[in-house]
Amino acid sequence: MKKLLFIIWLSFLSLPFMGIKGALYLFLGICAVFGIFIFLKKSFKKVRIPEIPYNLKFLIIGLLLFIVFLPLIVKDYYIDVAILAGIYIILALGVNVVIGFSGLLHLGFAAFYAIGAYSNALLTTRLGMGFWGALPLTLLFTSVSGLILAFPALRLRGDYLAIVTLGFGEIIRLILNNWDSLTRGPNGISNIPAPFIFGIEFKGLSSYYYLVLVSALIAIFIVRRVYYSRIGRAWLSIREDEVAAEAMGINATKYKFLAFIFGAFWAGLAGALFASKMRFVSPESFTFMESVFVVCMVLLGGLGSIPGVILGSLILVLLPEILREFQLYRMLALGAGLVLMMIFRPQGLLRVETTRLRGKK
Amino acid sequence: MILEARALTKVFGGLKAVEEVSFKVKQGIILSIIGPNGAGKTTLFNCLTGLLSPTKGRVFFEDKDITNKKPYEITTNGIARTFQNIRVFGSMTVLENVMIGQHTRSKEGMFTAILGTKRFRREETEIKSKALEYLEFVGIEDYADALAENLPYGDQKRLEIARALATEPRVLLLDEPAAGMNPQETRELMELINRIREWGKTIIIIEHDMKVVMGISDWIIVLDHGVKIAEGTPGEIQNNPDVIEAYLGKENIF
Amino acid sequence: MTPKGAYNLLWKRKTDKIMFLQQIINGLTVGGVYALIALGYTLVYGVLELINFAHGEIYMLGAYLGIIFIGIFTAAGFTQYSLFLSLLFTFILSIFFCSAYGFTVEKLAYKPLRNASRLNPLISAIGVSIFLQNYVMLTQGATDKVFPHIIPTTKIEFFNVTMTTLQLFIIIASLLLMAMLHLFIMKTKTGKAMRAVAQDKVMASLLGINIDRIISVTFVIGSGLAAAAGIMVAMYYGLVNYSIGYIVGIKAFTAAVLGGIGSVPGAMLGGLILGLIESLGAGYLSSEYKDAYAFIVLILILLIKPTGLLGKTEIHR
Repeated sequence: MKKLLFIIWLSFLSLPFMGIKGALYLFLGICAVFGIFIFLKKSFKKVRIPEIPYNLKFLIIGLLLFIVFLPLIVKDYYIDVAILAGIYIILALGVNVVIGFSGLLHLGFAAFYAIGAYSNALLTTRLGMGFWGALPLTLLFTSVSGLILAFPALRLRGDYLAIVTLGFGEIIRLILNNWDSLTRGPNGISNIPAPFIFGIEFKGLSSYYYLVLVSALIAIFIVRRVYYSRIGRAWLSIREDEVAAEAMGINATKYKFLAFIFGAFWAGLAGALFASKMRFVSPESFTFMESVFVVCMVLLGGLGSIPGVILGSLILVLLPEILREFQLYRMLALGAGLVLMMIFRPQGLLRVETTRLRGKK
Repeated sequence: MILEARALTKVFGGLKAVEEVSFKVKQGIILSIIGPNGAGKTTLFNCLTGLLSPTKGRVFFEDKDITNKKPYEITTNGIARTFQNIRVFGSMTVLENVMIGQHTRSKEGMFTAILGTKRFRREETEIKSKALEYLEFVGIEDYADALAENLPYGDQKRLEIARALATEPRVLLLDEPAAGMNPQETRELMELINRIREWGKTIIIIEHDMKVVMGISDWIIVLDHGVKIAEGTPGEIQNNPDVIEAYLGKENIF
Repeated sequence: MTPKGAYNLLWKRKTDKIMFLQQIINGLTVGGVYALIALGYTLVYGVLELINFAHGEIYMLGAYLGIIFIGIFTAAGFTQYSLFLSLLFTFILSIFFCSAYGFTVEKLAYKPLRNASRLNPLISAIGVSIFLQNYVMLTQGATDKVFPHIIPTTKIEFFNVTMTTLQLFIIIASLLLMAMLHLFIMKTKTGKAMRAVAQDKVMASLLGINIDRIISVTFVIGSGLAAAAGIMVAMYYGLVNYSIGYIVGIKAFTAAVLGGIGSVPGAMLGGLILGLIESLGAGYLSSEYKDAYAFIVLILILLIKPTGLLGKTEIHR
């Protein structure tokens, strides 16, 4: 009975926005969904958000085959999606270092992404550098910005840190939008060249796919190596209990800096790849929503777990493609999804079994 | 004298938590700091280990002034501690917790980790085997791969001790190690502390359990309301009228 | 710039003096709005230690509701009959619905997370913010929604400075609402209970205060104030958009932090000061970076004095 009143209340709330007809449809709609839910619950006794048990070896082998031969198997459009997924994986790995490993909530990661992309764009279009020539500088600029943002991170905890990182992200976006002489403002920078290797231009989708694939693999490899080292352990201990970590001899300040710089580094790589793939950058691609999006990938997969983060990125990039008819409701679902995830499964989709594997390495 | 406190004072707002406390600690002894609740014992520990900056006074470790050093510097110098409310790294494994202790005694950085050099792998193996040794020393090696937060209370306390030992300290500070333990566990704890002393370490304990205090201490310092009111051997302390008065009103605890 | 130069710039020339006062008026108008929204942030942070990320969207809802209701009244001919009554009912209905939304959000998205770590409710709040924004976009369209042209645009002149009646109304209404809130918190039983809960939740519940009820009341009041701010903004600028909640939300949050998060007079002061900074900055420095001023203030405050102007020193790290 209480549930019915609740549904009526929600429909009532929607009256001003959806009109009488809309509210009525909403009421019926929610009742229907609820009915289905109860029916399913009765049929399966327990309805849980599915945990995904996984056998690492099989997953890797099957996936590897698919990934290597992807451009031959799927249509051009999906290669495009795959490229984007690869770039996001690199980005998500970077965010994961800051949030997942070190426990510092970062809501402005898009800023690092933007700096990477724009550095690449400016260096190649204004100074005539090639992709590879511009890359070290791009990575340098992005890492330095990571260093800069680390300063306020040292003194602030939890929510305040989140807000400051958000502010940083917004300031970067405002600068990109308004510093016309440098960034051409909202018009963006176009005609960014594609990378060359041994004189072969990476213009084709397939070749670019392999470039991104190799970059992503390198990123995963490196991040993983660092994770399973004393540096990774130091980060985890800071996330768990900073005071105790300090008492065990860990210089928290130094490692927080390191986390920001290392995380930003990958955003720089992702940004450079993004810029030369799209051949065009504008401030529109680096909004707060982008930062939220990337954070969601980490949350979805389970904080700190590398396979989880990869899975999270894939889901968040592929899901909108699969459900393209419901494009309009995508953001609505994202918002509701965030709330539901926090309430019902804050630790992410993958089981925490990953922790047990760590000791064995 | 391995550790010395000179006129340590810590004031919070209007409250003098620790006032002009001075003492010297000989190398290799077991020192207990006792006193009624609120006497300032943990605050004293925090001043010694850098978690708090003393308002006045100095701390000397092996004749070096460590007064305002950061906690991680002090640990690197050779003082380690455990916490009153257990602070293990819950979602890391037991083994990893102890490996963290070895952090300050190892040095491989990011680049060798990425390259996976022989030097790096050798250090990792070393860290892991040493950590396992410490686990064996305190007796919880069977739990090596379990998550720290899943351990029973008593074993978590032992984990904290193993973790602190892994930092290879010369002085070990234990904050109420026997809290919440039954008599059997307490006996095992006393035996463990003695074994640590045999290893050559100096141990300072904050404790309320008088069986433990009287049973293993070489020297006792008594604090009350932030002030040191007595200092001596267990026998002397038991008969000290000031100490008895400070504990007046409680059951006969001796 | 030397002090004399500043004096010359701001005060000596009559036209500059006028512009300065003009900016002050603009600043107070905008500042009053920021203050009302900032109060919502500070009240909720006081009782829950949560930054209600979705609060800016509540303000946006209020703006939309204002336009929706006045639209209904105008279509029904009520507005032509009595401007005052239709505006009054618009305010009442909008505030009611907005508070209802705030109340519901708290029960659905925050209450279940009350015992979780600090980060979870924050992320949930972000989710609510995204949800509400898109909810309005889907139901009301992505284009701007226009406030009917029924507000008289009479100007008042004094000392060569012009001020519209609307600006005067907003400033007075904001101050009035702030005064009422202050009285409520200080004098009424519920207000005192709110202060108790903000200080020590456990103790308050031991004293028999119904924590859930107080938290709900806090959200209702905060949302009501934000709604009022939203309606006034809708009247002032004439149009609204589903995305206005985000930027204004951050600015109001900055104001709350500036004044000292958790402090009610702080939020009021912070709002007015931020409004003035923004107006003067836009007038004298650059209007392109107007939004950036708030962010810069935010970062500076958090770095220099995170407890804000009127806040107390934090006890726990």
